[in-house]
Amino acid sequence: MNIVVLVKQVPDTETKIKIGADGKSIDTSDVKWIMNPYDEYAVEAALRLQENLGASVTILSMGPERILEAIRTALAMGADTGVLVDDPATEGSDALGKAKVLAAALRDLDFDLVLCGHRAVDSDENQVGIMVAELTGIPHLGLAISVEVADGKVKIQRPIEGAKVTMEATLPALVTFGGAHAVWNPRYASLPGIMKAKKKPLETKTLADLGLSADEVGNEAAKVSVTSMELPSERQAGRVLEGDTAEKAKELARLLHEEAKII
Amino acid sequence: MAQGVCIITEFREGTFRRVSFEIASEGRKLADELGESLLAVALGEGVEAVASDLGGYGVEKVYVVDDALLKDYRAETYVPVVAEILQNLSPKVVLTAASVDGKDFSARLAARLGAGLATDCTELKVEGGGLKAKRPMYAGKAFSWCEWSEGAWPQVASCRPNVMDCLAPDTSKKAEVETAEVALPEGNLTQVVSIEKDAGGKLDLTEAEVIVSGGRGMKGPENFAMLEELAGILGGTVGASRSAVDSGWRPHADQVGQTGKVVTPNLYVACGISGAIQHLAGMSSSKYIVAVNKDPEAPIFSKADYGIVEDLFQFLPAFIEEVKTLKSTC
Repeated sequence: MNIVVLVKQVPDTETKIKIGADGKSIDTSDVKWIMNPYDEYAVEAALRLQENLGASVTILSMGPERILEAIRTALAMGADTGVLVDDPATEGSDALGKAKVLAAALRDLDFDLVLCGHRAVDSDENQVGIMVAELTGIPHLGLAISVEVADGKVKIQRPIEGAKVTMEATLPALVTFGGAHAVWNPRYASLPGIMKAKKKPLETKTLADLGLSADEVGNEAAKVSVTSMELPSERQAGRVLEGDTAEKAKELARLLHEEAKII
Repeated sequence: MAQGVCIITEFREGTFRRVSFEIASEGRKLADELGESLLAVALGEGVEAVASDLGGYGVEKVYVVDDALLKDYRAETYVPVVAEILQNLSPKVVLTAASVDGKDFSARLAARLGAGLATDCTELKVEGGGLKAKRPMYAGKAFSWCEWSEGAWPQVASCRPNVMDCLAPDTSKKAEVETAEVALPEGNLTQVVSIEKDAGGKLDLTEAEVIVSGGRGMKGPENFAMLEELAGILGGTVGASRSAVDSGWRPHADQVGQTGKVVTPNLYVACGISGAIQHLAGMSSSKYIVAVNKDPEAPIFSKADYGIVEDLFQFLPAFIEEVKTLKSTC
C-alpha cells in the first residue's frame, strides 16, 4: 500500500502579517516557515498507517527550494521518500494550476491513498486537495479526524456540529484532514530520524518531467488571482466597565440590550 | 456568450439552508449591477415543492433536479449534474455556499468546469463588467481582493455563511421552476456509514449568532457548564481557545482560531482567554466582543468592545442572573 501526502509550507501561525511592497502578497522577510499544521496531521495519520499496515509514505510538494525543509521534516518524522516539483514557471498559479501540477506528479507515483490538510492556514483556500481529487477522478473524504484502511476501502470520521459522521470510500481515494493539534498530536522528528532523513530519496522535478507545459499552469493560466491585499481595520479597544461585580454585570446586560441590541 | 448570474442552493431535510437565501440576495444585487438575470440550480429530494419560494429573494428561474438519489450531498452525484446544467446555461457568475459540503462541492465543480474559484468570500462587487471578490486569508489577519482573468467565465465565488445580507423575502413573488433534463449518475464511490448524534444537537460555530468561549482561565472542563448556561440563555453556542482544547477540556470542534474555526457572530464573549494572535485572528470579525479576564494586560482587551477586568468565577454568575432578569422583562 502506497500513501502520498501533499504538503505545503506556510508562515508560522504566530506570524504578524505585513503586506509586501507589491501590495498583493505578504512581506516574507521576517517569516518563519513551518509545515502547514493540517498537512502535519496528514503526515502523522500516514505514519500510523505505515506502522499498522506496512504502507510506504511519499511526501509530495511544489514550490521553491525552501520547501525542501518541510519535506525533510516529514522524512525525519518517518516518511520514506520525497518529491518536490520546483519550477519557476509554476509561480503565480491559482489553485487549479497547483492542482494540475500535483495531479500530474501523482500520475508518476503509484498510490492507493492521497492525504493532505483540508486547507493551508496561509491562503485558507480549501481548494487544492479537493481539486486534485477531481482531476485525478477519485473520491474525496473531507475534514477527517480519524482514518482506517481495510478491504480496499478507507474509512474516516468527520465531526459535524452535534454529530459525528462515519464515511467510507473505495480506494484509490483522497482524504483531507481537519481536527486540531489535540486530535493528532503529530510526532516530533527525533535526532536519529533527522540523521536517517538525510539518506532518504528526495527527488526534484520540473514541469517538463511531468509532461506539463508552462502555459498550462502559472500566472498566465490563472483564471483568478489576487490583485490587492489589505489588513483588517484595526479594532478599537472599547471601554472597560467600572464598578463592583453587580454594577458591572448590570451595565454589561444593559449595553448588550440597548447598544448592541443582542439581548 | 456567457450570461446571467446563477446560484447553487443547499437543500437539507425539506428546506433550503439559510445561506441559500443569503447567496440569492447577493446574487440579486450583482445581477442588477451587471444587468443580468438571476437563476438558480436546486438539487435535492423534495426540492421541487419549495423551489419557487426562491422568487421571494429575487430569483427569476430555478432549474431543479428532484430525486431520491440526491437526498444527501455526494460529490459524485451533485458535481456532474450541476456542471452539466451550468455548461448548458453558461452563466457569467456562479455563487455557491462556503459551508462544509459547499467547500467540497465548489472546488470540485470549479475543477470540472476549468473555472476560477474564489472561496469563502465576505464581499462581492461588480467592476469592469465582472466580479471582484474580497476574501480573508491567514484566518482573517489579512484580506485579499481577487479578480478573474478576461473571458474566464464562469467566475465562481463561494460565500461565507452569515456574512452577506439576506433580503426580507417578498412572498408574493414566485420563481419559474423547470426540471433540468440531465442524466443522473449512480455514483457509489463514497458512502455515509453512520451518523452518531451527540446529545443536544449543537449549532455550528461558524453559523452561530452568539458564541460564549472559554480558555485556560476556565481552570477545568467542569466550569464550562457556566458557559453552556449563558450560551443557552443568549441563544448561542460554546467555543474554546486552543489551550482549552489542548488540555482536553473541550472537543476540538469547539476550537476558535487560525487552526480552528474562524467565526463571525454578532456577539463573542471571551471568558478566561488571554488572546493569543492565532485566537484573535479567528474571532476579531465578530460584531461585538466582550472579554472577561482578571488580567488587565491581556491582549484580548485590545479587541473587546466591553471589557470586564474581574475573576470570571465572580462575574459570570452575577451576569447570568442579570441576563435572566432582563430576558424576563423584555
